[in-house]
Amino acid sequence: MKLSDQPLFQLFLVRARELWREPGVLFWVFGFPILLAVALGLAFRHRPPERQIVAVVQGADASAAAAAIGALEGLEARLADRAGALEMLRTGQAVVVVEPGAAPRFTLDPTRPGSRLAQTAVLDALERAAGREDRLQPSEETVTAPGRRYIDFLLPGLLGMNLMSGGVWGVGWALVLMRTRKLLKRFAATPMRRSDLLLSFVLFRVVISLVEALFLVLFGIVAFGLWPRGGAASLGGLVVLSALAFAGVGLLIASRAQNAQSAAGLMNLVTLPMFLLSGVFFSAGNFPDWMQPAVKALPLTALNDGLRAVMLDGRSLAELPLETGILLAWGAGSFAVALRVFRWT
Amino acid sequence: MVPAIRLRGLVKRFEDVVAVDGVDLEVERGICFGVLGPNGAGKTTTVEILEGLQRPTSGDVELLGMSWNGRAAELRARIGVQLQETELYDKLSVAETIRLFRSFYPRRIDVAEAMAQVDLVEKRDAWVEKLSGGQKQRLAIACALVSDPELFFLDEPTTGLDPAARRSLWEIIRGMRSRGRTILLTTHYMEEAEKLCDRVAILRRGRVIALGTPRELIATLGAEEIIEVASEPALPADVYAAVPGVVACLPDAAGFRLSVHEVHETLPRLVDALRTRGARPSRLNTRTATLDDVFVELTGKSIGEEEAADRKARAAGAPARGWKRRTREAGDAG
Repeated sequence: MKLSDQPLFQLFLVRARELWREPGVLFWVFGFPILLAVALGLAFRHRPPERQIVAVVQGADASAAAAAIGALEGLEARLADRAGALEMLRTGQAVVVVEPGAAPRFTLDPTRPGSRLAQTAVLDALERAAGREDRLQPSEETVTAPGRRYIDFLLPGLLGMNLMSGGVWGVGWALVLMRTRKLLKRFAATPMRRSDLLLSFVLFRVVISLVEALFLVLFGIVAFGLWPRGGAASLGGLVVLSALAFAGVGLLIASRAQNAQSAAGLMNLVTLPMFLLSGVFFSAGNFPDWMQPAVKALPLTALNDGLRAVMLDGRSLAELPLETGILLAWGAGSFAVALRVFRWT
Repeated sequence: MVPAIRLRGLVKRFEDVVAVDGVDLEVERGICFGVLGPNGAGKTTTVEILEGLQRPTSGDVELLGMSWNGRAAELRARIGVQLQETELYDKLSVAETIRLFRSFYPRRIDVAEAMAQVDLVEKRDAWVEKLSGGQKQRLAIACALVSDPELFFLDEPTTGLDPAARRSLWEIIRGMRSRGRTILLTTHYMEEAEKLCDRVAILRRGRVIALGTPRELIATLGAEEIIEVASEPALPADVYAAVPGVVACLPDAAGFRLSVHEVHETLPRLVDALRTRGARPSRLNTRTATLDDVFVELTGKSIGEEEAADRKARAAGAPARGWKRRTREAGDAG
């Protein structure tokens, strides 16, 4: 039988044509993640280390103290009266307040990141200015390696996010439209193998996910010099697994939804929490410990962790059994349930 | 030869409605069979059960001597289906759509031949979204005939089409019949059934209320001609019924509908009868009887009036009768 007579091939062509002939959809698949990466990449590209502000309360020793603090790297001294200094601390402008003198007095909020460090550094500088002799001669070497910039962290996250929304929306939305347009019912009246239709969606997602990943990785290389350290096979394998998992989730959402609104609501309900929880823009490790098991079980967390491990740490797929297992479980589980409850009419 | 369709005691019940309430039908091969009735009569439910898309609550369904149990794939390959309100893929061309449906069937005709049968050859590369309503409906029929099926189900194929598009669809259906195929067609246009169908069943509230050839059904009226009359001042029905030659007298929206054998004999007598009562005709039409008159005779209402009454009842909060309505109300938003 000719390829063009194969139902699976024809159904696959439908997916490709619907995407290719809808410029708006093309933008969301390829254009949007790149725009986002460009915008965020530019925002975080060449930023010198932030200088934190130390509020120095005006008094006899204030200007000498301010000069000593100003000489420190990463800190900047501002003179103010006591009330003004405390106000700077309260509003978060200043990281610590110091009243210089023989008994320097510090005011700080210890829960604020960096405040203790600043306090120590300031005290150190004041001691030295007061004539303390240092006994050690430290030396240092600074390293800014590719792989530790924000964009390096961000790009795999954006790729993961795009694979998720593409999978969930690409499969779920298209299927719900087919139901509301009575196309699923029409297909059910033909001898078409039902698995062929669902398989065509999955195969198309696998192919398009690989293309999306290739696109973003190339963009990362060209625009940010981000060469993935891991192998292409591991990266590709991870992308394929994620395509299965997210196509499965999309299929599950579409298996019962009777109209576009309720489907859209469900898809937002599933995807939005993952945008926030799964470490797209910041590390998922920031969430409290009690949340970690739930956060780690999300397919997008598994994908993002896996992508970063491969792209940034050069690991291989075989070294990531947890991430692979979670993605596989989502794929297999959602397909098993969806095929049971899927409604054709 | 076994009949194309055999239905015995078909019942379909939804939670709070009985959509089909005991339908028996037998359709022999090679004919065009019409299922007629107002919206909500149970036509679509009956057809979807025949197509294997819904399961009956009870009753036996046999197509081409086979039942849906266990032989579904084989049956699907031998029937051609056009559903009410299917929207095909907007971004696919005519030829691509036909090729897609064609790939589902073990036995199939050429894409070009399918396009030729529905007169869409010139539109082969046009996207579905660019087609007119009539062209879309012809494409839907092309998708039904790609497997060269023995039995076609066409569910209201001409609803919403303009007269020219409707006539071109009639030609296609006649062509299918002339190639020896069996066609089951639902419609709420009585005229369409008269023109196309060898036999018709009239459905009302889930039951068959009349069955036969259009000619037979019209003959049950006892007269072939209709005079529609109203007078100024208005006169009661018994005045008209008493006019010699009037077989039946039924009220309609604007006056009365008289069934007569010979218009040229009865009409002068009718005019005389009005004149002797000091009335003059404010409306006077004559025409041949149609299936619509059969429906009026059987139900006391025309199909349009029945649908309007149903709409009113629904607006007043009465439960809907047809399943179609319920699903529409349930928000077919897409």
